[in-house]
Amino acid sequence: MADIIKRATAGTMESSDAYVEISPAEGLEISLESVVAKQFGTAIEAVIGEVLQECGVKNAKVTVIDKGALDCVIRARVETAVMRGRGE
Amino acid sequence: MRRSMLFLPGNTPNMLINGSRLGSDALIFDLEDAVSPAEKDSARVLVRNTLRYMDLGSCEIIVRINSIDTDYWKKDIDAILPYSPALILLPKVNCAQDALIADEYMTEVEQKLGLEAGKVKLMPLIETALGVENAFSIATATERVAALFLGAEDLTADLRCKRTKGGAEINYARTRLVMAARAANIDVYDTPFTDVNDDEGIRVDAEYAKALGFTGKASISPRHVDVINEVFSPSERDIAYAYEVMEAIRIAKEQGRGVISLHNKMIDAPIVARAQQTIAMAEEMGIRRG
Amino acid sequence: MKSSKVVKNLQEAVALAGIKDGMTVSFHHHLRNGDYVLNMVMEEVAKTGVKDLTVNASSLFDIHAPLIDHIKNGVVTTIQTNYMSSKIGKAVSNGLMDNPVQFRTHGGRPSDIVLGRTPIDVAFIAAPSADCMGNCSGKYGKSACGSLGYAVPDAMHAKKVVVITDNLVQYPLLDWSIPESYIDYVVAVDEIGDINGIVSGTTKITRDPVGLVMAQRAAQVIKHSGLLKDGFSFQTGAGGATLAAAKFLKDIMLRENIKGSFGLGGITGYMVDMLEAGCFESLLDVQCFDLKAVESIRKNPKHQEISSIHYASPSARSAVVDSLDVVLLGATEVDTDFNVNVHTDSNGYIMGGSGGHSDTAAGAKLAMIIAPLFRARLPIVTDRVNCISTPGQDVDVLVTQAGIAVNPKNKELALRLKDAGLPVVDIHELKAIAEKITGQPKPLPKGDKTVANVIWRDGTVIDTIKNVPTEGGVL
Repeated sequence: MADIIKRATAGTMESSDAYVEISPAEGLEISLESVVAKQFGTAIEAVIGEVLQECGVKNAKVTVIDKGALDCVIRARVETAVMRGRGE
Repeated sequence: MRRSMLFLPGNTPNMLINGSRLGSDALIFDLEDAVSPAEKDSARVLVRNTLRYMDLGSCEIIVRINSIDTDYWKKDIDAILPYSPALILLPKVNCAQDALIADEYMTEVEQKLGLEAGKVKLMPLIETALGVENAFSIATATERVAALFLGAEDLTADLRCKRTKGGAEINYARTRLVMAARAANIDVYDTPFTDVNDDEGIRVDAEYAKALGFTGKASISPRHVDVINEVFSPSERDIAYAYEVMEAIRIAKEQGRGVISLHNKMIDAPIVARAQQTIAMAEEMGIRRG
Repeated sequence: MKSSKVVKNLQEAVALAGIKDGMTVSFHHHLRNGDYVLNMVMEEVAKTGVKDLTVNASSLFDIHAPLIDHIKNGVVTTIQTNYMSSKIGKAVSNGLMDNPVQFRTHGGRPSDIVLGRTPIDVAFIAAPSADCMGNCSGKYGKSACGSLGYAVPDAMHAKKVVVITDNLVQYPLLDWSIPESYIDYVVAVDEIGDINGIVSGTTKITRDPVGLVMAQRAAQVIKHSGLLKDGFSFQTGAGGATLAAAKFLKDIMLRENIKGSFGLGGITGYMVDMLEAGCFESLLDVQCFDLKAVESIRKNPKHQEISSIHYASPSARSAVVDSLDVVLLGATEVDTDFNVNVHTDSNGYIMGGSGGHSDTAAGAKLAMIIAPLFRARLPIVTDRVNCISTPGQDVDVLVTQAGIAVNPKNKELALRLKDAGLPVVDIHELKAIAEKITGQPKPLPKGDKTVANVIWRDGTVIDTIKNVPTEGGVL
């Protein structure tokens, strides 16, 4: 699987969406800011990790700002950020 | 049953996840005009995930992909087809060949991924003068074409005329499309009414479309959905009459009569077919109401 | 005989009023987030060096954030209010105060003032117009806010009453909201508020599709409730979906030629439209929300100002809420027993209050809540709300985009709505539908310290609000 070669973003800061930023790094570093961190923080982090694994991303810095997005939306935004970060 | 179809922008999560609660029979997830070129990729993934993970209830899903003269349409089909929307709405179809190109690629993807052949149908969006003139050949281009859809905004631009509320400028296109679709024995859907705040205007426009023979009508605003559903639903009188027809047939059969009449009128095959359709729709509405 | 009650400035008024340690000062909220008066008074009061004051304000907005410093400095130690927006609310939730905030309702506050449960030493009344003897009105002047209904019990029962105006007019000011007979001192200042924060230009109905669907459903519920007939009375909140419901209700009333009796409440331009279109005989107005409402209360004799006592006091011989047919209300959470929270947000921080929620729900024949199935991934229906603002016994219907839940105590209403083809569902099912989409949220952690008591309209504490233990939002 290709590495993340450049900084890329996906999604928006609108309600029910998530904004994802990805950039090249050594190892995997995930940070999450969420309006529903108390209720869903652990679940969202797990989903982010899952998508990165599915996409075969092992080295990247990923920042997610979540505005109450459902899992399927978070998945979509992370996947799009990965594709863009790979220059696809 | 597809009386109303509501367009939802393909890159707006809030709309996609709530769409199935807006009262529309079908939803059109839009990857074309509602999505800027820079966001085509993200909308595609978002719409795919919505199909894949969300329970959209009894709502039928249609995806408007990009037209075949773009770099996007094949990627759209690659992403969407495995998650089986009911229909692909293909924009800017000018001739039978355009529909065939899409059909062939869909077949190729189906074979590659082992998907059921021909499951996802095609609905050409007719929005050019050429498309209108070729309506019947488009409607019969392939088995996959299940309905025609009139797009009046682009069409009036192509006609170099103004789009009006009265719609005289699209009258020909409307009747031509209905004729072509009915001749090909497929459904046909009318263009959206674009003034979101005109509650009377939408009713007049929908009633006119229904009178011309359209199966249903698209909408760009949830506010129009209820009116469209109401206009394209059989009336209580229609339903009562349909049951009377079916009852008359039952009695005639019992009595071994070949010729059936009701209220001194001959009941022939088209009347029976219409009665069956009406009852099917009434039952479906009843179930939806439940 | 005194020929004028006008004093030199606020400093003199504060001195004359004789504010001492431990006293209670009161304010009204008709100038909403544009109010300068509470801050300017508290600044003068603080300069005198008094401590341990109670502030009794009908509502507190973000503009009143300087109150936080007065609390930190010990000038203010107790707050009594009916609504608190998020700036002060967050500070309180983080444990700002030793004494819990006392939340009342718009009816409970005047009731407790009249009954002497919450005596006021000095009331400060922001008045968009006043004369030298203290006759005052909210209808005129550059800072016009319309009704002054929430200030009336304070004027009637405080030991001293100070009117503060930026529009001193010739005696006598006619068409007063509060007469001179209650007023001790009058202070003229340059500006009592920022007109942009006092009233909104126009209140617009929502364009949010989910809001519109809920509003349409709500109007259908009213139509089929059996209450929508000649003589109908109605109140609605100023939230997007509730306003849209009023618009759809108006369409139905006009189409079916139904002549209602009165519209009540905080009044918006939409209620004025309904009055002018003949949907109602009159509007009874305790608070104006926009310019159109202010203009209407000034010009239209059928648009009548009422006091908060008359509006909603449970200890009055009667109040208008007791004659109300239908009220449309919002919620941040509703639980499966139909209890409603409008005090705290999804992270447990105070960001609101009952206002007239509990009063109208208790009084109205049909109390309806309009709320989306989920908001930013949080289901609206929970097993137990984080704070009970309005008890479930007073709530009849919850309208969401996924269906209408009817309180099981209203079997007849549920049947009526089902017969009309409306999607009636069990409230537990709404919870299940939402959680299937959002996943199940973890319960909010609560602190050990009580930061607020929610006092129902009869004076009993129906719930307590705890502090929020750690800074939320960031993992």
